[in-house]
Amino acid sequence: MIKSEWFYWLIGAIFLVMAVQMLLDRTNPKRYGTAAFWGLLGLGFIYGTWVVQDKAPPEPLGVAVLVMAVLGGFKLTGKGERNTTTPAERDASARRLGSRLFIPALTIPVVAVLCATLLKGQSLGGELILEKGSETILGLGFGAIVALVIGMFILRERRIATPINEGRSLLEAMGWAMLLPQMLATLGSLFATAGVGEQVGRITENVLPSGQTYVAVAVYCIGMAVFTFVMGNAFAAFPVMTAAIGWPVLIQGAGGDPHVVLAVGMLAGFCGTLTTPMAANFNIVPATLLELKDQYGPIKAQIPTAIPLLACNIVIMAIFAF
Amino acid sequence: MIVLLGVAVVILGFALKQNPLLVVAVAGIVTGLLGGLSPQAVIAAFGDGFASSRSVTIFVITLPVIGLLERYGLQQQARNLIGKLTGLTTGRFLTLYLFIRQVTAALGLTNIGGPAQSIRPLVAPMAEGAAERRYGPLPERVREKVKSYSASADTVGVFFGEDIFIAIGSILLITGFVNTTYGTQLEPLSLAIWAIPTAICAFIIHGYRMIALDRWLARELDAAIAKRETVK
Repeated sequence: MIKSEWFYWLIGAIFLVMAVQMLLDRTNPKRYGTAAFWGLLGLGFIYGTWVVQDKAPPEPLGVAVLVMAVLGGFKLTGKGERNTTTPAERDASARRLGSRLFIPALTIPVVAVLCATLLKGQSLGGELILEKGSETILGLGFGAIVALVIGMFILRERRIATPINEGRSLLEAMGWAMLLPQMLATLGSLFATAGVGEQVGRITENVLPSGQTYVAVAVYCIGMAVFTFVMGNAFAAFPVMTAAIGWPVLIQGAGGDPHVVLAVGMLAGFCGTLTTPMAANFNIVPATLLELKDQYGPIKAQIPTAIPLLACNIVIMAIFAF
Repeated sequence: MIVLLGVAVVILGFALKQNPLLVVAVAGIVTGLLGGLSPQAVIAAFGDGFASSRSVTIFVITLPVIGLLERYGLQQQARNLIGKLTGLTTGRFLTLYLFIRQVTAALGLTNIGGPAQSIRPLVAPMAEGAAERRYGPLPERVREKVKSYSASADTVGVFFGEDIFIAIGSILLITGFVNTTYGTQLEPLSLAIWAIPTAICAFIIHGYRMIALDRWLARELDAAIAKRETVK
């Protein structure tokens, strides 16, 4: 069976190779800090396999994460000179290769789709080919590898160092933002253990006037959005808000259809996700990947959609649940 | 009440534009210690959190091939292609992408798009190309806005499409939580159909804003072009 952990090892190995390249890159004024950051990241990806299986203590990884946070947070990482083609060379190459350039790029989604549909649940010799529940992640990984092979063939690029170097430049440009989504996931679990959710739920209950169903609908939806804004994740907000208002007030008290209340409640939370830097993988990572000057560019593009959409969710719940 | 101090650290940190990595690390340590965890347990939480959230970083595996293709002019070719489709404005193109992203996500294909796989190499250059065909080179501010809207089309599309698919995390989280906590027997499918009204609203609202982007581009850039002409 092909396991998702194998891909984490592959990614870890890529980070480690890049860390060595970074260490040797004399054009990078902060090459030691940069190499340490990406080296720890690579080791963490591999070591993490045993942490999720409870076969290794999480503390060494925790220390490594905090060291990475210090390296990234105090600007001890940097980037080297980018060794790539000029815009003019790219124009010429685009004219020469034409639409053949799209073939590898489109291979990634095609292979991902094939894995998620055709290969899913298929067995070979009594064993599942792809690990259950990881089909789309594995599909993305396979897609990227197949696309790389096809790409190197079409472009007649013989040196594997070329794509690794180009990938490294993209990663160096993103810098510490790479680590932020995983840090936020940790913060979410610490919030949960410390009981932040229960506190917010208690506060929301206190502001809720009794007996007014439609007000309660609005409080539930807005509460989901606000809580998600703070936590960066609707999944963290859902159990808390549902235990505080959704279930006792809207479903049990006012007799609302649980399907509508819960499905729309979650989507109200997603409106919060659109607006928060805490959801770094959706909002900050795109900004760094697109090399935007304004880190909050995507969020600013999304806020004017999130607010009316939240209002829509309140109306949808009010109409269809009661 | 005191555990909410961690939330305050986050809000204050982001408001004061401190480095988010440090803000989150400090907020996590503060919250964990105030919530009664030992320092060792807080450090362990950082390790566990990192290990179990590695899937959000998996897009890295696509970067070598994307970088290789960009080296050979993928972004330029994406622009050339859009330059030939004269009817496709920036806003219409992004609305089309929003639609495709919502429909494919509703079929469970959430990983076929994304900022690394589709937005940086293809969608953003095409959205810029459509505007350049009409108005010539774009000023930095306009370019940033077009790129930001490209990213938003992807995010809005995947958020308000994926919940229609029954085997997605958020729907399974709802049924898992409610069925174990309250002893109900909710079916994922009867929840997922209630994601459809919001999905339609999301398409209408965000699509409208994409079309509005076309009007904004016209206002901004026609004025800029007129100014250039008078200076000549």
